[in-house]
Order: sequence, then structure tokens, then C-alpha cells
Amino acid sequence: MAGQTMLDKVWTRHVVAPGPGGRALLYVDRHLVHEGSFHAFEMLRQAGRRVRHPDLTVAVADHYVPTARASEGSVAPEIRGKVDELSRNAGAWAIPLLGPGDPRQGIVHVIGPEQGVTLPGLTMVCGDSHTATHGALGALAFGIGASEVEHVLATQTIWQRRPRVMRVWVDGRLGPGLAAKDLVLHLIATIGAAGGAGHVLEFAGPGIRALSMEARMTLCNMAIEAGSRTGMVAPDETTYAYLEGRPLAPRGDAWARALAVWQALGSDPDARFDREVALDASVVAPTVTWGTSPEDGGPISGRVPDPAAVGDPVRRASLERALVYMGLAPGTPLEAIRVDRVFIGSCTNSRIEDLRAAAAVVRGRRAVVPAMVVPGSGLVRRAAEAEGLDQVFRGAGFEWREPGCSMCVAMNGDAARPGERVASTSNRNFEGRQGPGARTHLMSPAMAAAAAVTGRLTDVRCLGPLPDR
Amino acid sequence: MERFVRVSAVAAPLELPNVDTDRIIPARFLRNSRGAGYGQFCFHDLRVGPDGAEDAGFVLNQPAYRDAGILVAAENFGCGSSREGAVWALAGRGIRAVVAPSFGDIFHENCLRNGLLPVRLPTATVAALRQALCAAPGATVTIDLPAQTVTGPDGAPHRFEIDAFRKQALLEGLDDIGLTLRLGAEIDAFEARHAAEWPWAVPCRLDAGVPG
Ligand code: SF4
Repeated sequence: MAGQTMLDKVWTRHVVAPGPGGRALLYVDRHLVHEGSFHAFEMLRQAGRRVRHPDLTVAVADHYVPTARASEGSVAPEIRGKVDELSRNAGAWAIPLLGPGDPRQGIVHVIGPEQGVTLPGLTMVCGDSHTATHGALGALAFGIGASEVEHVLATQTIWQRRPRVMRVWVDGRLGPGLAAKDLVLHLIATIGAAGGAGHVLEFAGPGIRALSMEARMTLCNMAIEAGSRTGMVAPDETTYAYLEGRPLAPRGDAWARALAVWQALGSDPDARFDREVALDASVVAPTVTWGTSPEDGGPISGRVPDPAAVGDPVRRASLERALVYMGLAPGTPLEAIRVDRVFIGSCTNSRIEDLRAAAAVVRGRRAVVPAMVVPGSGLVRRAAEAEGLDQVFRGAGFEWREPGCSMCVAMNGDAARPGERVASTSNRNFEGRQGPGARTHLMSPAMAAAAAVTGRLTDVRCLGPLPDR
Repeated sequence: MERFVRVSAVAAPLELPNVDTDRIIPARFLRNSRGAGYGQFCFHDLRVGPDGAEDAGFVLNQPAYRDAGILVAAENFGCGSSREGAVWALAGRGIRAVVAPSFGDIFHENCLRNGLLPVRLPTATVAALRQALCAAPGATVTIDLPAQTVTGPDGAPHRFEIDAFRKQALLEGLDDIGLTLRLGAEIDAFEARHAAEWPWAVPCRLDAGVPG
């Protein structure tokens, strides 16, 4: 019999009861809720049900929180009201809350790992598709809808069919100026926005081992944009070094016991995978998207594709539509595309390493278009300030905001205007995602910083020496 | 949850692949309570231009398809965000089923919990069905869940797969929380074992964490 995959191990460990149709009732170790979870709380209340485990639930305000101190008063009351509703629900059920004003508040997928809420081998769910992020630590973490959120609140369990596993084997190392974002955009462009459907993506190989914890989070975060259920990386020394001493990480004897389990969590050498994909990180170029699906990406040296060259009529029509929406002509060199605005933030790229990478590009230069940095959490913001990164950004004309989802999803009022072209470190370039009519180009923090200082999509490796001062 | 047994309805062909849930319902509408009636938000920014005028080109704005109860879509329908509002918007507009070659995983799951049937059929079958519907605007498609068939305007039935558990729940309109709560003893037993074997995993007292 073949060995077990990491997914097999975490899955088997959490089966409460087998179910009909190949399903299993899985126990949920951590349930993250945010403002958008109000629907589920409403449904729970209407059904007269109770929250089974407030102590395994964590509430975080992120989607609707204002990110500009000055604008707090001017936030529309129905937006403000969503944050208050989360506080009320958390209070009513005694669920721990990281709300506005808490120094630890931030984006739910930044907070989880940062606080040690996320641990290897755990099952985690949240009413948000980017819950995949937590898989970077070896957790089985996935997004769910409101009905399922209600189910988890009431029972601390969830019915699931075991997904298949696609191993994404990465050899080689990313070149200078490259980041995990480039790697994952390259992967999605390769396998497609539905390429991972029905699968968990297990990222493995020397190229993954070489990545920092935060880089792995970026990778797993966007696993969902390849249509997969989630991403996972086996825990290793990088994971343990990251976790040790986090507020909720085990300590002392408990740490030693946990470590013994975590060290045996990775897929067995003879495990069989349903699909395998191999990538060489060393050949990945800075990658940007030009369309309205995360699969519409390519190297910055490329050009906007020509729909006339596409055979399949459905694809061709979709490409034509994307180019009309994006306001782009076929054949345009990507580096010739001018941007109106730059957003550095979101659960994909708002951690300290992201901000360092962006600041390194910005230092000594000036943004020529409106640009903002929205740190992923209060702790990231403070760490950045301790290193003086806020001064670098402010000095270059960037806005330095309070933590939250902000212009990733434009729910809190931080939106681009219709027709505006945004260089963004977020994860979705869907029509209207950053505001009605907004045009999003996805890229890494360093590439977004480069776009801010040149006003167009730019290969960060070719920025040249700093201007004389 | 509304039961799904057999539905015959006008079917609308939607040629776009990768229709994400942001397109099915833009994020700005999600702050509304369900009581607001999510049907009005369905495909909002595809139906209505920035000037508030209807886009006559969009399929659901065309008279023949306006009251469609079935959508026949392209690859990866419902990809993206986990928002269940996307399903509520479709259901609120009277859409009872979506036929496509593939779906976003979370959207697919959300459909099944709301009495909306997601039907997977081979790419070529779905493409032919869309073509038939374009050729005969306002034609009816019949979906028979007990028989697991989709029958297009040409009268030929196409068999689809669905897992037995979900099929039963749809046929009876069952909510699975009720079912799960009956497994209370199993959940209790699991918790006791889990706490003994993985004591570091429970509980997760964030409040006790040292701020900063
Ligand atoms: S930052 Fe964006 S993708 Fe991440 S949780 Fe917030 S809205 Fe979702």
C-alpha cells in the first residue's frame, strides 16, 4: 500500500464520523469569523441554535474596517454598522474578538499565523476563500459559505468529501527581484484558473523549502485562484522557527509533543498523488496580469495577447471582453501600460517581508501616481514603523494606512474609480473587484512599487540605479 | 431549503468562462441582510451599466431569457469568493439550476445547501446545449433529479452525476445541521479523544495571548 499524503494524515485525524456518498464529518479545530459572517449568525439565531465552541472561534474585523484615521467619521453608516454587528455577535457568544482599536487587529489570514492561532496539522475554516493561506503552516484550511459557517458554529464540524491532491513540485530558486507572487501567478497562468479544481495543491520541493514562511503564505493564499480547494506546505524548520513563541503556540512540554507530531506530518516518500505538476522557479520572470482572471498573466517582457490568435470561440469572446474592460489593445507591450494608482496590501502581500521588498524599491524615489500601503495587521504596521519603512513610503508620497482588507475588495469604501488602472498586490483582478469599472493588474509588492515610481508597469529589475540626490 | 425534484424552465445560455462570484453579485451588495431580496443584485454590473441603463446585450436582459429558470454556462462558473450571496442572488431571481462543464468548488457546495442544482456535463455537451438555446431563444430545458438527466430542446436526455447524499438532501429539502446534531455523541467522543491526544490543539484562547 502506498504511503499517506499530508492531506490523508490531517484528514484521517479529524474524521468524527463517516457519512453517506463518500463524505466524512470532519472536526474543525479553528473557526475564523469576520464581519461578513453576520449572515451565518443571523441564520443561527433564526434557527434557535447555539455556538458550540466560542473557544475555538476567533472573530476579526477586517473586510469593512476603515483604513484611514481621518475618514473614520465619514464612513457610511451601513459600512460602520457591519463592524459593530461583528462586535455584538462576538460579545453575545463570548467569542474572542480582534476589533478596531486592538493592536493585534488586521486581516484574518495575517492574524491567524501571526498569533499562532494557525498550527500545523489543524483543520481550519473561515467564510472566506483565502483561508487557503493557513495551509502554508501545514494546516488543512479552506473557505466555506455562510450555511457552512452556521453549521460549524453550531456543531464545530463540517461535512466534506476528501479532495484529490495535486503535488506542485518546485525546483530551483527565484532570481533577484522575484517573489512568491511571481511564482504563483506563473503557476496559475500555466495550469489555469480552474486547473486545480477538486484538488488540494501540495507545494513541495527544494524551491519551496527555500521559501520563507511569509512567501509560502502568499503561495497558498493564491492556490484558490487556480481553482483548488486550498494549498498546503509540509511543516519544517522554517515553520517551527516561525511559530515558536507566538502567543498561542504551545510552550514547554506541549511544544515538544506537538513538534513530534508535526515532524511526521509531511507526505510519506512513497505517497501517491492524483496529479503532479513541476515548475522551475529559476526561470520565472516578474509576472503581471493583463486581464480579468488571475490566469491572464505573463512575464512583464510580454505583450497583451491577440484574441484573433485564439481558436476556441468561447475563449476568444472572453478575451475580447476582458480587453475591452481593461481598455487594452492587442499587442501592447506590458511595460507600456500606464497605471493610475497603486495598492500594496491584502492577505496575499501585506506582511513585513512584502513591505520591506516594496520599500527597498521606493527608497530614494517618488511615487508619480497615487499610491497606498495598507499593512496586514497592527503588528505588521508597528514592526514596519520600527524599521522606518513608514517614513520611506511617506517620504515617497505613499499613503500609510491602518490595517484591513481595503482596496483588495473595496467593501470599506477604499475603491478605485471607474476606468482607473491599478497596480495591485492583491489576489483578484475580476471585473469590478476594486470598485465598479476599476481595472486591476496583479503583481508582487516590488513590482507594484516599481509601477508607483514610474507610473507604468515596469520590470523592477530594470529600474536602474537610484537618481542622484 | 427548497426541494428540487424536476424542473422545466426557460434556459439562458451564458457564453463567458470563469464567471466569478464578484460578477454574480458585486461585493458592495453583500452588506444587505437576506431579507432585502438578493434577486435584485444578481449579475448587477453585467445587467446595468454605470449610468443605470440596462445593457440590452446581456442575455438575461433579452425578452426571451428574462424569466429563465436555468442557466447554461461555461467553464469554472462561480469561481472566486466564497460569498453565498452569489447563490442567494441566483435563487432570488428564480434560477433553480446551473449547467456547466465545471464550477468553483465553494460555489458548488453553496448551491447544494440552497436548493439550487449545479449540474456538471462534458464541455462539448454544454457547448451544444448553449448553441441550441441560442438558436431557439426561450426554449425549455428539463432537469430530472431522480433520473439524473438534463433534456435540451432536441429532446435527448444527458445523464449527470451527483453524490447520493446531496441528491437525497435536495429531493427532501433537508438541512444538514439537523442531521449533524444527531451525531452529538460522536462529536463528544471525538472531542474527548482529541483533547487527550493533541492537547495543544484545544482550546484556542486568544484573549489570553499577550497583546503585541
Ligand atoms: S484581503 Fe482581500 S482576499 Fe484577503 S480576506 Fe480581505 S478581502 Fe479577502
